[in-house]
Amino acid sequence: MSYISLSDQDKKEMLARIGIKSIGELYGCLPEEIKLKRRLNLPEALSEPELLRHFETLAAKNTYADHLAFLGAGVYRHFIPSVVDALSARGEFLTPYTPYQPEVSQGTLQIIFEYQTLVCQLTGMDISNASLYDGAMAAAEAVLMANRLNNKPKILVARSLHPQYRETIRTYIKNLGVRIEEIEVGDCGGIKTDDLMNKLDKDTSAVLLQSPNFFGVVEDLKTFSDLAHGHQALFIVAVAEAASLGVLEAPGAFGADIVCGEAQSFGLAPSFGGPHLGFMGCKKEHLRQLPGRIAGQTKDVDGRRGFVLTLSTREQHIRREKATSNICTNQAWCALRATMFLETLGHDGLREMAVQNIQKSDYAAERLSGIKGIKRHFSGRFFNEFVLEFRKDGQKINDALRTKGIVGGLSLKTFYPELGNCVLFCVTEVYTKDEIDRLAGALEEVLR
Amino acid sequence: MIRESLIFEISDKGKRAFALPKLDVPGKKDILRGLPVRDEIPGFPQVSEIEIVRHFTRLSQQNYCVDIGFYPLGSCTMKYNPKINEKVAALREFALSHPFAPEDMVQGNLEIIKLVEDYLCEISGLDAFTLQPSAGAQGELTGMMLIRASLEARGKARKYVLIPDSAHGTNPSSAHLCGYTVQEIKSNENGTVDLEDLAKRMNEDVAALMVTNPNTLGVFEYDIRKIAEIVHAKGGFLYMDGANMNALTGICRPGDMGVDVIHINLHKTFATPHGGGGPGSGPVGVIKALEPYLPIPRVEKRGGKWALNTNLPESIGRVRSFFGNFLVVVKALAYILALGPDGIKEIAEIAVLNANYIRKSLDKDYHLKYTTPTLHECVFSDKYQKEYGVSNLDIAKRLIDLGVHPPTMSFPLIVHGALMVEPTETESKRDLDMFIDAMKQIAREAKENPEVLKSAPHHSYVRRLDETAAARNPVLKWEKER
Repeated sequence: MSYISLSDQDKKEMLARIGIKSIGELYGCLPEEIKLKRRLNLPEALSEPELLRHFETLAAKNTYADHLAFLGAGVYRHFIPSVVDALSARGEFLTPYTPYQPEVSQGTLQIIFEYQTLVCQLTGMDISNASLYDGAMAAAEAVLMANRLNNKPKILVARSLHPQYRETIRTYIKNLGVRIEEIEVGDCGGIKTDDLMNKLDKDTSAVLLQSPNFFGVVEDLKTFSDLAHGHQALFIVAVAEAASLGVLEAPGAFGADIVCGEAQSFGLAPSFGGPHLGFMGCKKEHLRQLPGRIAGQTKDVDGRRGFVLTLSTREQHIRREKATSNICTNQAWCALRATMFLETLGHDGLREMAVQNIQKSDYAAERLSGIKGIKRHFSGRFFNEFVLEFRKDGQKINDALRTKGIVGGLSLKTFYPELGNCVLFCVTEVYTKDEIDRLAGALEEVLR
Repeated sequence: MIRESLIFEISDKGKRAFALPKLDVPGKKDILRGLPVRDEIPGFPQVSEIEIVRHFTRLSQQNYCVDIGFYPLGSCTMKYNPKINEKVAALREFALSHPFAPEDMVQGNLEIIKLVEDYLCEISGLDAFTLQPSAGAQGELTGMMLIRASLEARGKARKYVLIPDSAHGTNPSSAHLCGYTVQEIKSNENGTVDLEDLAKRMNEDVAALMVTNPNTLGVFEYDIRKIAEIVHAKGGFLYMDGANMNALTGICRPGDMGVDVIHINLHKTFATPHGGGGPGSGPVGVIKALEPYLPIPRVEKRGGKWALNTNLPESIGRVRSFFGNFLVVVKALAYILALGPDGIKEIAEIAVLNANYIRKSLDKDYHLKYTTPTLHECVFSDKYQKEYGVSNLDIAKRLIDLGVHPPTMSFPLIVHGALMVEPTETESKRDLDMFIDAMKQIAREAKENPEVLKSAPHHSYVRRLDETAAARNPVLKWEKER
C-alpha cells in the first residue's frame, strides 16, 4: 500500500520546475559513502485486507482478553461509554498537533481548558496542566518540581507508592542531586506515622504518598499533610486510581500542595500499559514551576472569548535548558478522552461508579476472606483493590486459578518480597456478582 | 459565528448522559461511613447525551487538522495517518490486555514489540532499540541517560553536552535533566555544524554532541562522519535527534554515519496521529556498546516463548511504567508493514521532492537565509515582507484565511522571522500548488495591502487572540461566577 498522492505526470512537472532530472539528484547533498546501496530488509508491502488479516493473527496470540481476570495495580477496567469512542475518533481531534495556532485550534484548546477545570474540581487543586505521559512520570515530575520550589535534597516516598512509580522517580533523580527515602507501611496498609515522623527533617523537600495506595488502602491524608507542613516540607499526593476521586474527598481539601497521578480510568482501555494519561495539579502559588502545557482563557481583537496555550516561558521551546521540564508532545488525545468520559458520566454518574467500586470490592473482599485459608492482609479501608494473604506463595495460587480459566490478582512477591504469600485483587464496577462468586468458588476448590 | 459554551455553562442539576446497571451485590447502606468522602463536586458537569455529542462535534469543527487539509508544520511531519492503523490498534486483544497479564497470554503484544524494535534497527542501522519513551523528549532524556551510564561505567560521567544553536529546545532541556551543562555550538554560513568550533570545544569533559540530521533547516550535515570522528576521538558520544528521519528512510542510515544513539518519533516518521499534542512515541536506538544500559524491561525469547526481562544490572532502570505507548507502536507497525521496503524509501524521496518543489516555487517571493540544498523541509523568512511592515506572524495568520495551516514560526532561532515548511510525502500536487499560490498572494498583499495581513485572520472562529493578556492575568479554569 502506498499513501503517496503524486501521479507520474505530477512528478515530471515538479522535477522540471526544480530543474533536475531525477529525485536522486536531490540527495546530491549527501556524501556518497553513507548512502544505503541495498533495499531495506523488511517484509514486502501488504494491502489493507492482508494487513488486517496479519494483525488479527497477531491479536489471536493474545488470550488474556477472553479470561476473567482481577488485575488492577495501576491499570483498571472501567466501562467506556460509546460516545467517547465515537467522538474521539474524529479526524479533527486525532490529526491536528499541539495548538500552536489558536485561531484554528479552538476545539482542542477549549477541551484542554475544560480538562484542566475537571482536574481541579476532582483534586481540589487551583491549577492543572494539559497532561503528562503517565502516572509514573507525573510522580517523577512532581518530585523534581518540589525540589525546584524549596531546594531541599530529600524526598520521602511511601513504600506503598506504585513500585514502578518509585523506580521511575529513581531513574529521573539519579543525576540531579535529589535523594529519596522510603516510608514504611503499617498493619492497616497505610504508611506508618512514627516512621514518617522519624524521617522528616530540615532537608526534607516533600512527602509523597499515594491514596488509595498500591494496596488499595485509603491513606489518612490529613495527618500526613499536617506532619509534612510542620517540617516545611511540601505534601504531594499521587492518585493511581483516578476513579476514586468521584467519591473520596479531594486531596486538596487535606492541604496537598501538588496532586499527580494516572487517569487511565477515565475512558482509556488498559492498552497493555499505554498510552495512558499522567495528570498534575498544584496550588496557584506554584504555577511558575508547574511542568507541561497549560491552556488559558483570553479575548480576541473583537472581544470574543477564546483560548490559547499560555505561560510558555516555563517551557523548553522558550527557556531551553532552564525550562521546568523537557516535555513537548504530551498525551493530549488521552486527556480529550478523559474529558469526554468525565462529562458523559457527569456528577452523579461518576459518583455512582465510584461507590459501586467500593460496594463490589467490599463484597468480594468479604466473600473471599471468608474462605478457609484466606485472610485480608491489611485492615485499612480500601477503594477497589485489596490484598489477600494465603498460606502459600501467591504465585502458586494464581497458577492454580489459571487451571480454572481465571487470571487472579497481582502476586506481590516480585515488588514486595515481604508479602510473598499475598495477592492484590481488583474489583471494579464492570464485574458482576456472578464473576466474583466464580472467583470465590474457584478459590474454594483450589484451597480444598 | 456562534461560540460553543463551556460544558459547565450548559450544565443543569439532575441531567444525565450515562447510567450504570443496578448494583447486583448486596450493597451496604453505610458503606461510606469511615471513609473520607465528599457529598458533592462543586461545578462538575451534568448534561444529557445529545448535549455531549453536539458539544464535542461543534468543538471538532473549530479545529484544523491533517484530515481537512495541508498542514506544513515544519519539524512535525504532519503526514496522513492511515485509518487502518486505528482499526488494528483498537482490536480488543490489544486494547484490553493488561500490562501485568501473564506473559503467555500476551505473546502477540511481546512479538509486536520485538518486531518493531528489529524493524527500527534495520531502518536506522543501530543495533538495539527500546520502545519505552513516550515521546521525543523522553527519548532524548533516555538516550542521554544511556550515554551517562556508559561514561560512568568507564569512570567519569563528564560535564558538558554540545548542542548546535539550531537545535530544538527539548535537546538542551533533556541534557540538563540528565545533569549536564549545555554548551552551544555556532552554525556556519551553510547552517551546519562548524567543524572548527566543534574541534575546539570537544574535549574529555564533553559527554556528547546532540545533533539533528537533517537539521532544523532541512540541511543534511555533510560532514557527519567527520563530526563523529571528532566526537569519538575524545571518547564522547554522537546523539542524533531523529525528528527529521522522514528525509532519510531507506536512503541512508544513522548507524552507518557514526551515530551512537538516536531517537525516532513514531508520531512523525511512522504516521501515528498527533492527537492534538500526543500521545507520541519516541523509541531510542543504540550501538551494541550501549545496549546493556537500555531501560527495563526488555523483551527476549526464552524457551521458544517471548518473555520480559527486568533483571539487567547495568540498565538505567525504568523511565516510565510498563512498556511505552504500546498502541502507538501497534499503529507504527501497521504502517511499516503496509509500506514495505520500497514504500519506506518512497516516504523520504517524495517528502524531499515536495519540499524542494515548494522551495523552488517560492524562493523569489520569500527570503532564504541559507541557500544550502535542503531535504524534507525549507525555512523561509519574512525579510522581504518586513520592508512593508509585515511579519511572519501576519503571513501565518493570513494563511489561515486561505485554507492552510501555517508553517512552524520563529524556529529555528538562527533564522529571524522564520517560516519553516515541511509538506511531507502524502500531499498531492494540487494541494502543494494551492499553498504556493496562497503564499504568492500573501507576498503580493504585503506590498499592495499590508493591512489585510496585519489584521488576519478574518475568517476563523476567533480572530487574533490576546496572548499577552492570557499570560499576564492567567485564567486557567472555569469558575462559577459569584
